[in-house]
Amino acid sequence: MDLNYTKEEIAFREEVREFLAESLPSELAAKVRAGEELTKADQERWHAILNARGWLAPNWPVEYGGCGWDAVRRHIFEEECALAGTPRIVPFGLAMLGPVLMQFGSDEQKAHYLPRILNGDDWWCQGYSEPGAGSDLASVRTRAVRDGDHYIVNGQKTWTTLGQHANMIFCLVRTDPDVKQQAGISFLLVDMNTPGVEVRPITLLDGTPEVNEVFFDDVKVSVENLVGEENKGWTYAKYLLTHERTNIAGVGFSRAGLAAVKRIARQEMAGGRPLIENPYFAARLAQVEIDLMAMATTNLRIISRAASGQAPGVESSMLKVKGTAIRQEINNLARHAAGPFAMPFVSEALEGDNNSIGPDYARPVTRQYLNNRKLSIFGGSNEIQRGIIAKTMLAGGAR
Amino acid sequence: MNFELTEEQQMLQDTLRRFLADRYDSSVRNGILDSDLGYSPDIWRQLAELGVIGALFTEDQGGFGGSGIDIATVFEELGRAGVVEPMLDTAIIGGGLIAALGDDAQMPLVEFVIAGETHLALAHGEAGARYDLDHVATRAEERDGDILLSGRKAVVVNAEAADYLIVSARDSGSVTSQEGISLFLVPRDAAGVTLVGYPLVGGGRAAEVALDGVRLPATARLGASGAGYTALNERLAAAHVALSAEALGAMESATALTRDYLMTRKQFGRAIGTFQALQHRFADLMVEMEQARSVVILAAGHLEDSAPTRDLNTAAARNLIGRVGRLVAEDTIQLHGGIAMTQEYELAHFAKRILMTDHRFGDADYHLERFVALSSAAA
Ligand SMILES: Cc1cc2nc3c(=O)[nH]c(=O)nc-3n(C[C@H](O)[C@H](O)[C@H](O)COP(=O)(O)OP(=O)(O)OC[C@H]3O[C@@H](n4cnc5c(N)ncnc54)[C@H](O)[C@@H]3O)c2cc1C
Ligand SMILES: Cc1cc2nc3c(=O)[nH]c(=O)nc-3n(C[C@H](O)[C@H](O)[C@H](O)COP(=O)(O)OP(=O)(O)OC[C@H]3O[C@@H](n4cnc5c(N)ncnc54)[C@H](O)[C@@H]3O)c2cc1C
Repeated sequence: MDLNYTKEEIAFREEVREFLAESLPSELAAKVRAGEELTKADQERWHAILNARGWLAPNWPVEYGGCGWDAVRRHIFEEECALAGTPRIVPFGLAMLGPVLMQFGSDEQKAHYLPRILNGDDWWCQGYSEPGAGSDLASVRTRAVRDGDHYIVNGQKTWTTLGQHANMIFCLVRTDPDVKQQAGISFLLVDMNTPGVEVRPITLLDGTPEVNEVFFDDVKVSVENLVGEENKGWTYAKYLLTHERTNIAGVGFSRAGLAAVKRIARQEMAGGRPLIENPYFAARLAQVEIDLMAMATTNLRIISRAASGQAPGVESSMLKVKGTAIRQEINNLARHAAGPFAMPFVSEALEGDNNSIGPDYARPVTRQYLNNRKLSIFGGSNEIQRGIIAKTMLAGGAR
Repeated sequence: MNFELTEEQQMLQDTLRRFLADRYDSSVRNGILDSDLGYSPDIWRQLAELGVIGALFTEDQGGFGGSGIDIATVFEELGRAGVVEPMLDTAIIGGGLIAALGDDAQMPLVEFVIAGETHLALAHGEAGARYDLDHVATRAEERDGDILLSGRKAVVVNAEAADYLIVSARDSGSVTSQEGISLFLVPRDAAGVTLVGYPLVGGGRAAEVALDGVRLPATARLGASGAGYTALNERLAAAHVALSAEALGAMESATALTRDYLMTRKQFGRAIGTFQALQHRFADLMVEMEQARSVVILAAGHLEDSAPTRDLNTAAARNLIGRVGRLVAEDTIQLHGGIAMTQEYELAHFAKRILMTDHRFGDADYHLERFVALSSAAA
């Protein structure tokens, strides 16, 4: 056993650090640190910088323009990005759809869409969930009926993250209503500029318009936009979900978040000394830091197994449950650390006037705390993950 | 032992619950949340007419209640309906401070508060003070028989609506000394008072208040010189009862919404409330809700007791409500799934209102620390 990274891996981390120090625009880093919302242009700018360096697609093989990094390198890269305060890579095209197309797409689809994802020509969004199909994803009802060389799509998707920026959506649609639910689903790519597609924003409880409803009213989609075979969509959907769950532990985000809490707690004075020296607060902070140290090591154990070719299974469910709980607790500590200044509602509309309200570090904490309640709901809720863990781990027991 | 409300309290509860159920649904509330004022003068007038404000003051003060149980009864109903009107700031804290300290010339303000005609705000907190009651950097100076106030006050809830700000300032002493803090009644529109207002996450509004050489007659002093710290400490006991009861009411609504949702939302062909994983989570919430109800009764029932008993119980209430409130807010969102992440769905408001309670006059840890000190000093 050796708990250290190899010489090559350490050199790689250095290389990433140097690149980030040189190439991450300070305005972007400042925005991320301050917890401000990033605009579409901000996101696209960061994507373009990574793409120019050839580092936009860490999980793609080299032949498609990716980095071809193993799991350890991807982890190092993600961690350094989070610590430096880079914008997140928008996952829908790069982390989700890309791998599906490589595995199941036609040659034309690969040749057309993959370069467009890298170059930022398309902004994809994920059309899985529906009002009636959340945890029970296989119950999707959005219908696609074949009509010559087209499908006619009718129905509704919801919770579509950043759909307001997107020009393309990948959808799970029902192509056969008469068979077992999982056997009648297809995976369809839809141009959102097609007549009949309507996007309506949903405001989240933190006041941000992060998600949308997407309505389909007799939307005509060419059969060329079907991925793989008709009615095999569930297989592709699940394949995508395993990729959605990479970096599920969010170790880098937690480390950055913990550092931010410490920064706040060093500046906040409580009873005549820094909050970080208050034993009650310090104990809570230490506990989550200990949890994070252990979880980061669990993550590395799983990653190094994956790097040697073993596919992670139930472990990713475990990392989701623990990793999200840790991130949410860190958000909670940040909110509490800010004291009374956690109460002002700092909206985009007010942003200009906000400078006179409390210390800078207090401004994003409540918004982030509220927003990250989503972590235990989406990507397979933590209850669903616990179900998977129990089913898997109990399966070995006697009957 | 008797845990029943008196006939008058029962009537108050019924009347207020019925009024709010009729007149304060989520569309009314959302309208108020979106408004520039941040509260509804119309609702405020009707609450005064119903006697809700009067119920928070004793007969001596011109009201017909004023006990801890009266306060808890009113605030639980306000919380249940997610009311954002500034009852805590205008009546309990502002009105309560004037009733306790006011001279003959100032006392009529209490009547105006009870009649719904005057709003008040406590301008005490400062940047860097966090929850420390003794931290006051704002200075009061004598000048030719007048008083000059200079300083900055932070997150002053209800400041913009207030006719008067009750400002804490130092006559003497270092920034964190309990001695030397005095209170002053400052007309909000006095020269030298500047407000920068903003909405709050849990509803209502607050402001950063700048006091730049605000010149007041000596009659603006509220209570004796140097009596501010003790007066605030006394009055905040009532505020802790009110905040705890309000959070409890909001928690009742959050769990009621969750019960309904668990039994209507279907996934995998069945109501999600039939999954044992969720049933147990809900059962735990029900157990904790009983704890919350009891601790509010404890704090309310001991409000008129000696200071050590009173403070031990209010510290216990604020700690337990802080912890259970967070559990209820987070778990009711989780049990709902995505729908509870939306601004539009009512639960979002209740959850935020509950969570933000923990940032007023001390959070769960602050009150735990207080409790430890009080409990180890007790027999
Ligand atoms: C901010 C946000 C962004 C999102 N972005 C996207 C996106 O871009 N694209 C997309 O397609 N979707 C997206 N989603 C949707 C997300 O995947 C769903 O919210 C999630 O699948 C849960 O579904 P639901 O909200 O309908 O809750 P439900 O499935 O109705 O669940 C309600 C509750 O019941 C529990 N539950 C359900 N079934 C069981 C069971 N069998 N056993 C025990 N407990 C159970 C859940 O854990 C939860 O607590 C997003 C959601 C959010 C909140
Ligand atoms: C110290 C002690 C004193 C006792 N005294 C008496 C006595 O005086 N008289 C008497 O009659 N009995 C007595 N009991 C027995 C006691 O009532 C049983 O232990 C109890 O009913 C549980 O039954 P079990 O031990 O067979 O566990 P099981 O019923 O086999 O339960 C095993 C586990 O499964 C869980 N479980 C079972 N069913 C469900 C379900 N539907 N959903 C979720 N979880 C479930 C249980 O909570 C437990 O964790 C005593 C037990 C103890 C330990």
